Amino acid sequence: MDPTNAAPFVPDRNGSARPNGTALGSIRICDFTGQLAGAGATKWLAAFGADVIRIEDPVKQGMWDVLRNMAPFPDDRRGPDFGGGFNNHNVEKRGITLNLKTDRGKEILAEIVKRSDVVSENFAAGVLDRWGFGWNALRELREDIIYVSNCGFGHTGPYAEYKTWGPIVQAMSGLTFTSGLPDNEPAGWGYSYMDHTGGMYMALAILFAVIHKQRTGEGQWVDLSCTEAGLSLNGPAILDWTVNGRPSRRADRPEGNRSSSPPMAPHGIYACAGDDDWVSIACRDDRDWEILSEIIDVSWARDGKWKTLAGRIENQDELDERITSWTESQDKFEIQRRIVGADVPSAAVQKPAERIDQDPGTSEFGLWPVAEHAKMGRLTVDGLPAHFSKTDWTIERGGPCVGQHTDEVLAELLGYDEDEIARLHEDGIV
Amino acid sequence: MSALHGTRVVEIANERIAYAGKLMGDMGADVVLVEPGQGDPCRAYPPFAEDAAASGDKPESLYWWHYNTSKRGIALDLEQSAAREAFLALIASADVLIESEAPGRLAALGLDYEDLRAVKPDLIHVSMTPFGRDTSRRDEPAVDLTILAGGGPVWSCGYDDHSIPPIRGGGNQGYQTGCHYAVLSALTAIFHHGVTGEGQFIDVSMHASANITTEMSSYFYHVEQQTVVRQTGRHAMPMMTMPVQIKCKDGRYATTGMPPRSPKGFGDLYDWLDELGLVDQLPEALFLDNARHRESIGFADIGVDDEVTAIYAAARDAITLICKNSTVDDFFNGAQKLGITVGSILSPEEAYENPHFVARGYQVEVEHPERGDAIRYPGAPYQLPASPWKISRRAPRLGEHDDEILGALGYDAAAREAFRETGRDR
Repeated sequence: MDPTNAAPFVPDRNGSARPNGTALGSIRICDFTGQLAGAGATKWLAAFGADVIRIEDPVKQGMWDVLRNMAPFPDDRRGPDFGGGFNNHNVEKRGITLNLKTDRGKEILAEIVKRSDVVSENFAAGVLDRWGFGWNALRELREDIIYVSNCGFGHTGPYAEYKTWGPIVQAMSGLTFTSGLPDNEPAGWGYSYMDHTGGMYMALAILFAVIHKQRTGEGQWVDLSCTEAGLSLNGPAILDWTVNGRPSRRADRPEGNRSSSPPMAPHGIYACAGDDDWVSIACRDDRDWEILSEIIDVSWARDGKWKTLAGRIENQDELDERITSWTESQDKFEIQRRIVGADVPSAAVQKPAERIDQDPGTSEFGLWPVAEHAKMGRLTVDGLPAHFSKTDWTIERGGPCVGQHTDEVLAELLGYDEDEIARLHEDGIV
Repeated sequence: MSALHGTRVVEIANERIAYAGKLMGDMGADVVLVEPGQGDPCRAYPPFAEDAAASGDKPESLYWWHYNTSKRGIALDLEQSAAREAFLALIASADVLIESEAPGRLAALGLDYEDLRAVKPDLIHVSMTPFGRDTSRRDEPAVDLTILAGGGPVWSCGYDDHSIPPIRGGGNQGYQTGCHYAVLSALTAIFHHGVTGEGQFIDVSMHASANITTEMSSYFYHVEQQTVVRQTGRHAMPMMTMPVQIKCKDGRYATTGMPPRSPKGFGDLYDWLDELGLVDQLPEALFLDNARHRESIGFADIGVDDEVTAIYAAARDAITLICKNSTVDDFFNGAQKLGITVGSILSPEEAYENPHFVARGYQVEVEHPERGDAIRYPGAPYQLPASPWKISRRAPRLGEHDDEILGALGYDAAAREAFRETGRDR
């Protein structure tokens, strides 16, 4: 933030941005994203005040984003306005419908792009281009536009035409491989870790680009490949390969719940009393082990061979069996309480109800806001894991119903009168 | 010009926050890494560069190399009052502080946000701690494993066989997820500062970060109070679903999951079976051959329309059969060329050497002048042509930039030497 290049940011659009006092209130995003990998990115921006306008197809009722009509559902109603996942990822956004197969629809989109800082999408490569809104067309509409495209393999390279979803991205980036037990098939990730994380990299890319524009006035096209973002998450293993020629595909990898970097033992997840109940325990050093052995307080734990890290690692199979023999008859939270109370890391493997309803670590943080959805009513959603002293996030409005803000956006942002808007409805443009 | 060119970020060395500093440094920020005189413990984390170890030099940590690119380093023992003064001078020259110190430590040192804003009123201070600064769990010790176990991700990961413990995915993803949110926070605050000139304090919780990075595990509970259960290599769901991972002819695994999307797609699948001479092994292949003549075929009709149900079942069996009779590469490319969404389960080095990513320039070289060579590193996670990602330098050696950074702040050679001492005067 060198004062010489920090020219004050002056919003230069025609329409009015949302009431300010928010961190990102001066940014407008013309948003084509969907599902989690895209919608997750603009969720962050919307919660910090950016005006995120989802553009959806009136003919398909926004169902390009299949989460619109996918479980979980709060009641028996079904349809594009009742998907619980869609609501979770799209809070604080506005939604309009626009038929981009019509010339009038394209004209309206062009008007919106001219009033936006960012155009974001996570279609397969080339889709926006086919609609006539590729990078060159966008730049003609607005010279300083930021265009962020997010797809599995990026817009160039031999796999540019290939399709992905979260589990494919995880497979192709090394993340599925590195989750599992040695000599077993990969366990992988039980959720789309790279849809979440791809969304984060997309939000990072958008913020880097708007900061660059704030400082220089320059827009750009950001080509994001979720798989490359995923590849970046196993850095030390890649350097072990490029420097030492040692592959991760080898006898003792992946390492299950153990840790070799840094080396720790015990470092595992152990069975407890109760139905599918487990507790994680990690001894960072010899002191942690000494404390744990005193808590266990059984003769085997006093054996001298456990006193050093080398001894614990050499006999780790036996160590894990011994610890299981101690944990398996006990309550997971009771073990956690005793070990953490002695300043050694331990955590019960928490089930959703335990971490959402019974954990002061989340409730005291205010992690589960309730948002008001126009048709589904008040629903708990995921909040954000950061609090800002001056410009904190707000999550109050649920995800938009199909076309919920069409009239509002046409009137406020584009200045259309009632007759014009009525005509657009009649003609099936919106 | 990189996006964060001209922005100075001070980072207090800590394994939890290291990735946040790298993400900002690789986008052009001037990241100054503050380590104690004896060095950050991560300098001793495996794996090591083995050629240097073999020649008798002190082995260098590749973990350290990866997480500390594009940073300059200074040694300042914050337990010493003289070093704390220098730290304050450094903060006065900075825009952002990122740290993951235990709650209370900086306050005890007189270096918390209220102290720092006295010397830098518009400072952006990002604190990222396991449980946040203000929850009753804030003082609990934590490592990546316990954050992922308590925070939700581990519950969803593992095998169909529930006698096997749930699995924590490798690579310190709990730390990295926290860092993604820490950097999103810093950038959001930097943009706001650009508009108003105002700084602020930001409290990031790694436990909260893990909790909201669990996809359906959280929102199935929010909306239907349902509990998802872990399943091998696929989404944890409230009910068990069909397996998706298949072992190929070469012993490697593929992940399947998405069937063809159009009548033609099913016909193409039949032709592929035929090409490989596998039609005889799958009598139901007939359904695929017939499907190509349909006007449409929809996922929603499975279980409703008998023929559609049979077509999807045949497609599934056909994909499995082809997969078992192919190498993973042939299966992956063959299926994707027919528009069937499948993946090859690659190890990190296989992904790194994959021709697609190589063609996109993902591999980058970083000079290591004292070794006299360049090392290949992981490259750009995003491509911003007007403000490019770039590793500007290899990770710093201990105290490597003491002279240039502290010198610029007005400290002479004797003073700089004193900061390296590890004695305590508090």
